[in-house]
Amino acid sequence: MKASNIGYTRPRSLTQAFEILAENDAAVPLAGGQSLMVALNMRLSAPQLVVDIGELEELSQFSCVGDTVVLGALTRHRQILESELLREKVPLLPKAAAHIAHAGIRNRGTLGGSLAYADPSAELPACAVALGATIVIGSLQGTREIKAETFFKGLFETDLQAGELILGVKIPVIVASTSIAFAELARRQGDFAIAGVTAVATMAQAQIKSAQFVYFGCTDFPRPANRVAAAVMGLKSPLAAGAELDTAVGQDINPSDTAGMRGDTKRHLATVLTRRALDQLFGSEARDV
Amino acid sequence: MDTAHARKPGEAGPAIGTRIPRRELSRLLHGAGRYVDDIKLPRMLHLAFVRSPYPHARIKSIDVEEARQCAGVEAVLTGADINHMCKPLHGVALHRPGHRAAMQPLMATERAVWQGQTVAAVVAQSRAQAEDAAELIDIDWDELPAIVNAEMAIDRGNPAIHSELDDNIAFDFSIDNGDVAKAFKDAAVVVEEELRFERQVALTLEPRGLIADFNTGDGSLTVIHSHQSPFQMQEVFSHHFGIAEHKVRVQAPDIGGGFGMKLNLYAEELAVVASSIHLGRPIKFCADRLESFLTDAHARDHNIKARMAVSADGRITAMEVDDVGAVGAYGMQMRFNVAEGMMAITVSGAPYNFDDYKARTRSVYVNKNLVGMYRGVGLPLACIVTELLVDRAAAALKKDPVEFRKQNYRGKSMLPCVTPGGQRLETVSFHECLDKLTELMDYGKLRSEQETFRRKGILRGVGIATFLEQTAYGPPYYGPSGASISTQDGCTLRLEPSGSIRCVTSITDQGQGTLTGIAQVVADTVGVNYEDVGLVSGDSAISPYGGGAWASRGMAIGGEAALKAGRLLKQNILDLASAITQTPAANLDISNGQVINLQTGMQILSLAEVARIGYFRQDTLPPAFDVQLSVSRSFVANSQICYLANGVQGCHVEIDQDTGFIKVLGQWAADDCGRIINPLLVDEQVRGGIAQGIGAVLFEECLYSPEGYLQNGTMVDYLVPMAGDLPDIQVVHVETPEASTELGAKGVGEAGLIGAMGAVWVAVNDALAPLGAKIQHQPFTPERVLDAIARARN
Repeated sequence: MKASNIGYTRPRSLTQAFEILAENDAAVPLAGGQSLMVALNMRLSAPQLVVDIGELEELSQFSCVGDTVVLGALTRHRQILESELLREKVPLLPKAAAHIAHAGIRNRGTLGGSLAYADPSAELPACAVALGATIVIGSLQGTREIKAETFFKGLFETDLQAGELILGVKIPVIVASTSIAFAELARRQGDFAIAGVTAVATMAQAQIKSAQFVYFGCTDFPRPANRVAAAVMGLKSPLAAGAELDTAVGQDINPSDTAGMRGDTKRHLATVLTRRALDQLFGSEARDV
Repeated sequence: MDTAHARKPGEAGPAIGTRIPRRELSRLLHGAGRYVDDIKLPRMLHLAFVRSPYPHARIKSIDVEEARQCAGVEAVLTGADINHMCKPLHGVALHRPGHRAAMQPLMATERAVWQGQTVAAVVAQSRAQAEDAAELIDIDWDELPAIVNAEMAIDRGNPAIHSELDDNIAFDFSIDNGDVAKAFKDAAVVVEEELRFERQVALTLEPRGLIADFNTGDGSLTVIHSHQSPFQMQEVFSHHFGIAEHKVRVQAPDIGGGFGMKLNLYAEELAVVASSIHLGRPIKFCADRLESFLTDAHARDHNIKARMAVSADGRITAMEVDDVGAVGAYGMQMRFNVAEGMMAITVSGAPYNFDDYKARTRSVYVNKNLVGMYRGVGLPLACIVTELLVDRAAAALKKDPVEFRKQNYRGKSMLPCVTPGGQRLETVSFHECLDKLTELMDYGKLRSEQETFRRKGILRGVGIATFLEQTAYGPPYYGPSGASISTQDGCTLRLEPSGSIRCVTSITDQGQGTLTGIAQVVADTVGVNYEDVGLVSGDSAISPYGGGAWASRGMAIGGEAALKAGRLLKQNILDLASAITQTPAANLDISNGQVINLQTGMQILSLAEVARIGYFRQDTLPPAFDVQLSVSRSFVANSQICYLANGVQGCHVEIDQDTGFIKVLGQWAADDCGRIINPLLVDEQVRGGIAQGIGAVLFEECLYSPEGYLQNGTMVDYLVPMAGDLPDIQVVHVETPEASTELGAKGVGEAGLIGAMGAVWVAVNDALAPLGAKIQHQPFTPERVLDAIARARN
């Protein structure tokens, strides 16, 4: 279990990183390394060149500008978990980060890496979609922005093109009328979710006005669960949700069988989690985590 | 939880019965451990294997030319190059008539019979270079249909994996005692279970590894081996490669966990030795984690049907067990993969007082990795089968499961006795352990809480499991097997000139702390402080011949040998002190490293002074006085098959019926392993075993596709419990010393796992009982729990 003889370079600036990526079609960026290093050591991946962007200052911003929180791509999971700013402005993120793996992995793993890798069981891509985040992407050609819900395109597949890097994420601050929910099932604390859901809902008079539900761990890639959103619209209590909610879950996600678990089991678990998310939406005050 | 210890007169000392941490801990925690992979020898090369990607496939051709040209590569070897150097492996147990196995070559040549079997080896300057080259070996495969489970193996319509055996049955053994048919016919209640146990791995922190160093100068072979039994491997290497035994030396350095898995014999490890002999260079191979999942001996893979007959007044009258184990593609030489099934059927029902017993075990060959020794072997199966049936029977009779057990246990007044499965019970303590356990876990309170929770729709379960642990297997077991396995162990003690003691033991330690216990025995027996005893172990060239570590034998056998050596050394020291002081030896004793006069209680001579005269001033002694300050003693009980330990465990679980997730709320053990030398390490052995037992029932599973491919091979997808998944574990003891030894210790290495598996099985099924659901398929994944609930509802 030794990596192949791969090339490695550590650019000193973002511009230099873009130049290297532009020159090498087969180059792969390395951020926190929590997925890539494993793939390299198991020889599941053998890129000609690994471009280590893990130390680039330009990708480490962490601020709130007006109604938007801006997080650099190199924001570590641990920073998300421990941030007072996020707890106040985007409490869903620290709530989700508590479920990401273990301390050693959270210390190194990055937000940008998680989004770029697009693991279907990862927490942060689902949160990005649910929160209506915008992903900022850069390359030698300049920068562009894309909504999270169009960024994710399939299993481990995103809109990111060769030569591009995620620079950061812009997330709207949660407002008082918003309620959030996050629920996942992992066999052990810190394991990949076998099913998970996150929800962001606008409430008025204890009634759901609009909601965004996003599943992970039981679907190919994070995207808005529109039928579930429609099914919960106007609900005044979690108990008011009937069998049509379970049907909606089944229409929005269609998990496939994986080693050790059937798709129908995952779908069942997703319906259970959907109801638990509803409980959270109603049980919590808008800003309560 | 500590217990008081009654010490025999004259043996009272500060070390035995004291909670002393493992002596190597500080060294290991300072990063100063010396594991196989830490060791670098001059001129050493590294080996990487190419393995079959198929469960069953014909090898049409192997092209190694490109690999040979790679940077750093010294050799590329196939079975054609090295198989002839080594006698083939043959995993047949001569003490099991009818047991059959095919001859196993070092590496597959014409056909690979499991996914992971080695086909070629690359030897290079570094492991990375060896892996680079291994990727370039071009093998033309022709995939063949695989026998992937016991049902297929038993079906005679399927081809035999090894045509020389003409079917896939390795072993078929039955027990039939009493009139079982009549007992079941007459029974008031008959309960039945049909259970499935998936495959597991041992998952040692340190994977297997070895450095084979063949010396072309003198034809000697030294193997530095992460193995539990250096002596076993010395004999194996000598025999298989035709090297005189005195020229073979096997050294076991620090080892990060064995659990029985590192007791087995691996063809690929012999291939490393063959490569070293072939090239005349030291060669290192350390299995990586993926290789460990593929080829470390697997465990379990059993289907068991069992039933129990009970009379109207609540007496168990008979039991019947039918076990099938799928043991992999070959027999396991030296350790024999029929053992799980044999233990399962010979120990099932053993704690309970009935005579009519019928059982059958079959071991069958499948195109999977070999099954081998693993902590508990077949004993957890026996425990689970029995205790689940006992609980079902109690429920059918509307009796409390604790009272029902008490009514049916073989009590002290019935001992000694022989169970219908063949177990001789002499110093077991079922009632005592159960009483202690129910008090410890507050059983009555848990039952009443359970009722309250059930009314709220919350599923909680309480499980009790009684178990036997066959520890320290002896000559009557291994002797007739045909394998050269030494069930004795030995101890050499030397008084150092400064008055401290050097102990060389044939016992090995993979993290259990056995060496600490042995030092405690030596310290108290000779009369020195624990800190003044040094330990050397794990070298087949220097200690008395012995077994090493398996079957929880370290303290029972190695401790007794240390006691005998300690007695002898003490006598020799006292004889010398007597000659020096002109005092009768009978009036002298040793305490705290000082010779004392028993009549005055005064210290009259330090051991340092005794040693100084014994080693450097023999001229001051009487001319005929024979100074012997190095002594060796070996111990084995010639006619004892094992030392039977026992205990009872309790488990408390809660099941989320929406998700199928199980939470273990509490786990308790009342354990009787005879005399306890080190209560701290005994408790931790029990706790560690319990963690592994909970893991087995709730998490661990080698996931195979229907075509026989192993689908999980990392610690991300093969789950074992972590600290957060475990409850607080409370351990108490009943101490019934082993009657046949002076030390009185039995083994304890497997007790935790055996009892925990039983208790968790029973507790989860107890929790599901209000729904009418049963779970019979290990591990209890959320899906299996949900399926069980769904089956009951439909």
